[in-house]
Amino acid sequence: MLESEFMRLALAAGAIVGVLAPAVGFFLVQRRQSLFGDGIGHVAFAGVAAGILLDVSPVLAALVFAVLGGIAIELLRARGRAAGDQALALVFYTGIALGVVLVAQAGALNVDLFQYLFGSILTVTRGDLVTIALLGALGLAAITLLYRPFAAVVIDEEGARVAGVPIGSLNVALAALTAVTVALSMRVVGILLVAALMVLPVSAAGRLAWSMRSSLVLATVIGFGSAICGVTIAYYADLPPGGTIVLVAAATYLVALAVTAVRVR
Amino acid sequence: MSLAVELRGVSFGYRPGQRVLEDVDLALGEGEFVAVAGPNGGGKTTLMRIVLGLERPSEGSALLYGEPAHRFAGRRALGYLAQRSQVGGDAPATVREVVSAGRVASGRLVGRRQPDDRRLVDEAIHRVGLDALADAPVRTLSGGMQQRAFIAKALAGQPSLLVLDEPTTGVDAESQESLAELLATLHADLGVTIVYVSHEFGAVEHHVERLVLARRTIVFDGSPRDLPGIWHDPGHVHARE
Repeated sequence: MLESEFMRLALAAGAIVGVLAPAVGFFLVQRRQSLFGDGIGHVAFAGVAAGILLDVSPVLAALVFAVLGGIAIELLRARGRAAGDQALALVFYTGIALGVVLVAQAGALNVDLFQYLFGSILTVTRGDLVTIALLGALGLAAITLLYRPFAAVVIDEEGARVAGVPIGSLNVALAALTAVTVALSMRVVGILLVAALMVLPVSAAGRLAWSMRSSLVLATVIGFGSAICGVTIAYYADLPPGGTIVLVAAATYLVALAVTAVRVR
Repeated sequence: MSLAVELRGVSFGYRPGQRVLEDVDLALGEGEFVAVAGPNGGGKTTLMRIVLGLERPSEGSALLYGEPAHRFAGRRALGYLAQRSQVGGDAPATVREVVSAGRVASGRLVGRRQPDDRRLVDEAIHRVGLDALADAPVRTLSGGMQQRAFIAKALAGQPSLLVLDEPTTGVDAESQESLAELLATLHADLGVTIVYVSHEFGAVEHHVERLVLARRTIVFDGSPRDLPGIWHDPGHVHARE
């Protein structure tokens, strides 16, 4: 398997996204915003469509759309213009509707589009991998630096707000991080499954962990393992890699559930 | 005595025409231990949110240490236990992790904890008597112990004003008494201004120097010794009026 360059590139891209997606998803899940990544994916879809229409890199366009969409949701929520889930719905559905219209304009309802919807990890190029590695490293560095304030907001948002922790700026930072993660993960698992890689490893880790920090570390280990196992299984069984990665993550969650049940007994 | 909190003619409503608070005057000196009580829906939580600058009064002014509360620059000196404080999310945060969260506003916002942070977290855990449970997930503790963890979180930030909103909700009678004693000890040892908000005085009545009864406005403000008998149950504030 490793003699093929496309597999080496696929495994490397999968490993990076496998670590980054749950690391960012961890804070979304703890804040009961599990579907935020899914919604940002909808906005990224509009970006992909705009990229195809304007003949610029769809990944770059998706990144710009996703970051702007994520920040818009946070600003709408923070200023009380719309309740949390309404702000989410407003931006998501506008995103998907815009995507559909732009795709129709570009006449691009074809295989090119499907690779962004369902992932195309086996077509990752060296150039793609450099982008994924750079942005992935940036994302992980941001999480390392912001772990303590992010955790403080998860633990007690009201107490943190009273003590002067800049909640609004942290929320915007998390939204931007989510958007970057979604844009990077598009090539690996696709827009439609990106949220799964942000949520399932975190849910599994939460069952097995003994502290908040261990929960975050376990989630990234499970994400990494799911990506590597998923790509490997997909290679040998001739399955779609994106879906296989997510199914491995889902299986890990079931195993974690079983372990918890045994422990309780 | 300089003032920690000063409310002058404060009125507030979430909707036009519906006043939750009406013409409230309240001054709390630095280092006081005060209980604010009143019936459910009497505006206590709103009053505290205005004191802490989370809401702005519709009329009147709210000052914290002489500054407008909503623009107060020394926020890191404020400790707050919101009503039904409990750890958010599903991750099993330990007592130490919860208490460490109290250092984020006071210490460096980004990056690793500093040695001072570790010392203050350990001290705060020790003060509330949770040393043996420092690495236990907070969710596995009783209601009273969880409140102690959140008090330690507030203490880790070295507050000069500590506001506790209904800290004994869901806590058994024995733990309520123990919590009141802990607050009295903290008040005596650290000199921190403590505002204890509850729908009943409960165990804290014997420890505070001053009681404030609120029902949309302040209906009693004085020593527990001067409190008319019927008002020892704050539910009667409503009946009396």
